[in-house]
Amino acid sequence: MKTNDLILQTATKITVFIILTYSLNLFFAGHNTPGGGFIGGLISAAAIVLLLLAFDMKTVKKALPFDFKKVAALGLLIATLTAMGSFLFDVPFLSHTFGYFDLPIFGKTELATAVLFDTGVYLVVVGVTMTIIQTIGEDE
Amino acid sequence: MTEMLKILFAVIILFGALLSLLSAIGIIRLPDVYTRNHAVSKSATLGVLSILLGTFLYFWVIEGYMNARVILGFVFLFLTSPVAGHLISRAAYNSKVPLWEKSTQDDLKNKARSTKGKVSQ
Repeated sequence: MKTNDLILQTATKITVFIILTYSLNLFFAGHNTPGGGFIGGLISAAAIVLLLLAFDMKTVKKALPFDFKKVAALGLLIATLTAMGSFLFDVPFLSHTFGYFDLPIFGKTELATAVLFDTGVYLVVVGVTMTIIQTIGEDE
Repeated sequence: MTEMLKILFAVIILFGALLSLLSAIGIIRLPDVYTRNHAVSKSATLGVLSILLGTFLYFWVIEGYMNARVILGFVFLFLTSPVAGHLISRAAYNSKVPLWEKSTQDDLKNKARSTKGKVSQ
């Protein structure tokens, strides 16, 4: 069946960028303000779900050629490796640290290893949500 | 001066609240799904935008704290709310929700019939 979704598709093309930007903002703001890996991942997944609503599944798969099960596995791997990295410095499992660095654009920035752990959480949330939705959606 | 600005922002926020109340009354009072959608997708959007604008200006001017997320909220609501209204109306029309019995003109009627005839053949 041919459908005419011009308004939905055009609005989606613009709003997806806003949603993805906002999810990145929440992801990086999670250390000092509300936000973090979980909410950032959920909002990114919601942006991809909006793409799935406006376009069909084949188009989205062509635009984002990831196997989302592998994305979830990669996230778990990153989280575990970050936690095990603390063994290298002779401190207990899951110990985190932070330091201040002078970056070229941002100036004095606080970089924490908790961000790496949060990246793992982010990838797991995106991967699991998209796997659930694609598995439900593929039933025909 | 600060008190005057506070009153101005309060007026903006109350205007938004009043518009939201008007759209709620519109949902109850209007006869069919299209007129209700007309009421809610316009006046509720403007109402929420006014409330956000008042909040943003209050925190910017009085408290000296500029929050870019509220601006992003304006843009996002302004983009998505009419599209949502359009999609709900179109879904209602395509699933043959009747118009109000006193409405006189339905320009999409013949269009809908011709495609329906093609499908049945």
